[in-house]
Amino acid sequence: MSMAKKAVLMQGNEACVEGAIAAGMRFYAGYPITPSTEIAEQCALRLPQVGGKFIQMEDELASMAAVLGASAAGIKAMTATSGPGFSLKQENIGYGCMAEIPCVIVDVQRSGPSTGLPTSPSQGDYMQARWGTHGDHPVIALSPSSVLETYTLVIRAFNLSEKYRTPVIFLMDEIVGHMREGVTLPDPSDLIVNKRKASFHDGAYKRCYYVPEGQYVPAMKPFGAGERYNITGLAHDISGFPTNNNDQAGALYTRLMEKIDRNVDDIVRVQETMLDDADTAIVCFGGTARAVMSAVEEARAQGMKVGMFRPITVWPFPEGHLRARLPGLKRILVVEHNYGQMFLEVQRVVAGQTPVEFLGRLDGTVIPPADILEKLRRMEG
Amino acid sequence: MRFEMRFSGSGGQGVILASVIVAEAAVAEGLNAVQSQSYGPEARGGMCKAETVISRDKIWYSKVTRPDFLLALTQQSLDKYAAGLAPEAVVLADDTLSVPASLDRERVLLVPILATARERVGKLMTANIVAVGAVNKALGLFGEEALYEGVRRHIPAGTEELNWKALAAGAELVSDADAARFRRALD
Repeated sequence: MSMAKKAVLMQGNEACVEGAIAAGMRFYAGYPITPSTEIAEQCALRLPQVGGKFIQMEDELASMAAVLGASAAGIKAMTATSGPGFSLKQENIGYGCMAEIPCVIVDVQRSGPSTGLPTSPSQGDYMQARWGTHGDHPVIALSPSSVLETYTLVIRAFNLSEKYRTPVIFLMDEIVGHMREGVTLPDPSDLIVNKRKASFHDGAYKRCYYVPEGQYVPAMKPFGAGERYNITGLAHDISGFPTNNNDQAGALYTRLMEKIDRNVDDIVRVQETMLDDADTAIVCFGGTARAVMSAVEEARAQGMKVGMFRPITVWPFPEGHLRARLPGLKRILVVEHNYGQMFLEVQRVVAGQTPVEFLGRLDGTVIPPADILEKLRRMEG
Repeated sequence: MRFEMRFSGSGGQGVILASVIVAEAAVAEGLNAVQSQSYGPEARGGMCKAETVISRDKIWYSKVTRPDFLLALTQQSLDKYAAGLAPEAVVLADDTLSVPASLDRERVLLVPILATARERVGKLMTANIVAVGAVNKALGLFGEEALYEGVRRHIPAGTEELNWKALAAGAELVSDADAARFRRALD
């Protein structure tokens, strides 16, 4: 105990910045918006202290473009926003997917659509995180449920982004972003993967998007580091220049999708609590898990066999993990602060094998554990 | 044991900071604490509510559902949050407010928080710190060291003396008899 680091009170948004800086983030461009504003404020304070750059851009579109530019030049980069700004960033997020530029986009969700309830919690951007930008594209999205997890998981967001050269959505919500709790931060050196290959797989800029047989991720020299190459949002060949060749375009799209699909086991993380003997699983993510865990403990105290299935990686959805749980389950309850978004994913995976019910709320308040307990009682009939 | 505290007033009065300082003091004493807030889109004015949950156990649900303590600095917030309190809840309110009939007067501590900040401390904006001093005296939550640590971490450098004065003035608003009556052990 005497050797342990002292706990400090920290806000979720602050933990996001500290984790990102620990992961090596040295460039932030954004346009402040509640409830993510503390992330911009803290980056403005902290980045100059570690030799990084903070830029408040004229809007969210430009912020996202600046983040892509910084990352292409070899710097780990992040932006943060909430629903309205997340909508505006979507086009350039797609550019990042297509051009394979690593970066982390934080969305601290609030009630929408439009400007909605600016200071109130919601989880209404779950599907937007997956399908916000147009066209088929791979997505990795992670969602934390505590201040400590915000710190460790944003580091993982950078690791995955670098490893797979793709934008990673860090899907927070107002509950966790604006919550303060006592945390003892772990030594980040255990969590960080700092490597980004500094040269092309093939050594030649003319084959900058070349990927060796059996691999899925190109290696890029930082843009502007001496060798010229092309980056475009158009379908491109391995030289990075636009192509209309259907074979090359098809091969590119296939590889982009497969680099995530083939590595799901590496990407997906789930918290499975008290599920081994459970007949009822509550599926939830992010800040909702706080109320769910309270409800699970109370339900257990009352003799109900309830457990929690919480995707930490929310995209790709951990369907293998959920499917493996189905034989033991009599029923599933999905709890979200929206009108049923992850619910659709759960229904797709369960495919009628087990009854799935939904409890949601969207009035600016947080679902209390008592509502979840009542719903459980009604489901058990 | 889960101790739920609600701090309410008007945006700009510093009730969020008051709840943060109490949470900070709890963490400094080795307790678990979770703090959150809800407010409107206005920068000033509008109802503001902040919450701190303290426990020796892991705190899952971060919101307050049945407050064991309520601070109210405006009539609107006292009227709104008078409902739904825990049976033994303690209410600390500014003495310019009228107590709703639904509240048990025995559980309400009316003290001049705003006047003390304005006149004795000399700055109305210290009302939140005066309130923190009064809360801690009334409930006997934290040792002086933890409380000062909580305040120190959240005030601008150079304002220490002013804030110590506000904390002490707040504590003086609560009689030893009331402190004995309202004391809450965080066991």
